[in-house]
Amino acid sequence: MSATAATKEIQPATSGFGGLQAKSSAALSANARVAIRNLDFFYGDNRALKAINLDLPDRQVTGMIGPSGCGKSTLLRVLNRMYSLYPGQRATGEVLMDGQNIIGPDVETNELRSKIGMVFQKPTPFPMTIYENIAFGVRLHEKLPKAKMDERVEWALSRAAIWGEVKDRLHTSALGLSGGQQQRLCIARSIAVRPEVILLDEPTSALDPISTSKIEELIDELKRDFTIAIVTHNMQQAARCADQVAFFYLGELVEVAPAAQLFTAPRHPKTQEYITGRFG
Amino acid sequence: MEQMQEHTVRSYSEELRRLREMIVRMGGLAERQVADAALALVRHDTDLAAEVVQRDAAIDALEREVEAFCIRILALRQPVGADLRLIVACLKICHGLERIGDYARNAAKRSIVLAELPAFGSLNGFQRMARMVQANLKDAIDALVNDDAAKADEVWANDEPVDEIYNGIFREMLTFMMEDPRNITAATHLLFVAKNLERIGDHATNIAETVHYAVRGESLPDDRPKADMSASAVVRPLG
Repeated sequence: MSATAATKEIQPATSGFGGLQAKSSAALSANARVAIRNLDFFYGDNRALKAINLDLPDRQVTGMIGPSGCGKSTLLRVLNRMYSLYPGQRATGEVLMDGQNIIGPDVETNELRSKIGMVFQKPTPFPMTIYENIAFGVRLHEKLPKAKMDERVEWALSRAAIWGEVKDRLHTSALGLSGGQQQRLCIARSIAVRPEVILLDEPTSALDPISTSKIEELIDELKRDFTIAIVTHNMQQAARCADQVAFFYLGELVEVAPAAQLFTAPRHPKTQEYITGRFG
Repeated sequence: MEQMQEHTVRSYSEELRRLREMIVRMGGLAERQVADAALALVRHDTDLAAEVVQRDAAIDALEREVEAFCIRILALRQPVGADLRLIVACLKICHGLERIGDYARNAAKRSIVLAELPAFGSLNGFQRMARMVQANLKDAIDALVNDDAAKADEVWANDEPVDEIYNGIFREMLTFMMEDPRNITAATHLLFVAKNLERIGDHATNIAETVHYAVRGESLPDDRPKADMSASAVVRPLG
């Protein structure tokens, strides 16, 4: 009897695909800004993420790819606790940042979200002036005198590579900007509160190629200061932007590898099939 | 051996299939050139040798066709993973096959000269060498078509016997030249023919290496088994 119990204990904690689970990214954990450990996520009874182990290395870009419904956007929603707005959604396991489990019960979500910013697929400017779009979020966390706030707004807009285009119309409505400009404004808004991590959920899927290039260039710039995770359906974008790429399938992390390796010689056949367009 | 499933975009699968077919056609042509060059030499058949020389243009044309097709796929499909490796492999392999064609043509040209010169010794070694490199070449191309890394590895490790025959011919020719200076012209041409065949063998192993990378995504080690000693060989006159 005890032998059976022992055998059970050493079974890997995966289900579905035996052995499909990627090896824990222990090699990268030395410089992990965010360390995801054994993360499960449930929409009610539906287990949308299964035993995820992944590190977001400090000041690097982690690309997340996979077919629709594979769990990559869910993972971003877990990372800044967006799910806790909804009843019936829960996460188990750990997401460690500065030694703290950020999905633990005693974490203050507003503070967390100032550390982990998020940008969505569709630009979501507030119906306010460009200036107020940036200042609004900053005021929630800090009390700054006018001059300091002006500085912060300029800094954020400059870092988001849109300052030159809007500096003469800061006090006009943000809704008058083009889609690409609105998206860069949203990025400016998320970095204005000086987060440590930026999560991008398909940030360019609604943009034209030139605006897309500008955002990609921006991501390259921003990774000098921020740790970035980007979810994208565009494989070439992941190849261009990401330092490491994680491939998700049916809620499991199948493979994580440096971008150059994943796109030339992926180890897992499922990854191979997905990136070469054989399913998904 | 694992065959991947089809692409969601069928025309892409179709293009990759066509690319493999082009390489097969080119490989077949190169094989035939090697075989006919050797045959022309052994049989003193200058007509066949002239045909080999003439047919080389077809290989060159195929090389350009493969290159253009690969560039087109790279530009239009942005291939990744195994598809990318296959396309890059085909680009390299078509250069290798083109070189093989050049060596066969050069051997054929020399056999035309040799047919005019008095014969000596046996040409069996040449025939055997040609058969070996031809078999290796065929296996390397088959390995590409069937995604068969194990077969590619066999070819890669199978160049030593070719080198050994080459060493034998090298010594033999030096001996003939020392025996009678009137042999020098023919022996020198034969040495070049042997060298051509030996180089063809090397290209076949290069192709095998490339196939291994295309299938497995990792390179073979640098130190391939080799036995070509001619670079340091010395034959001293007796007495």
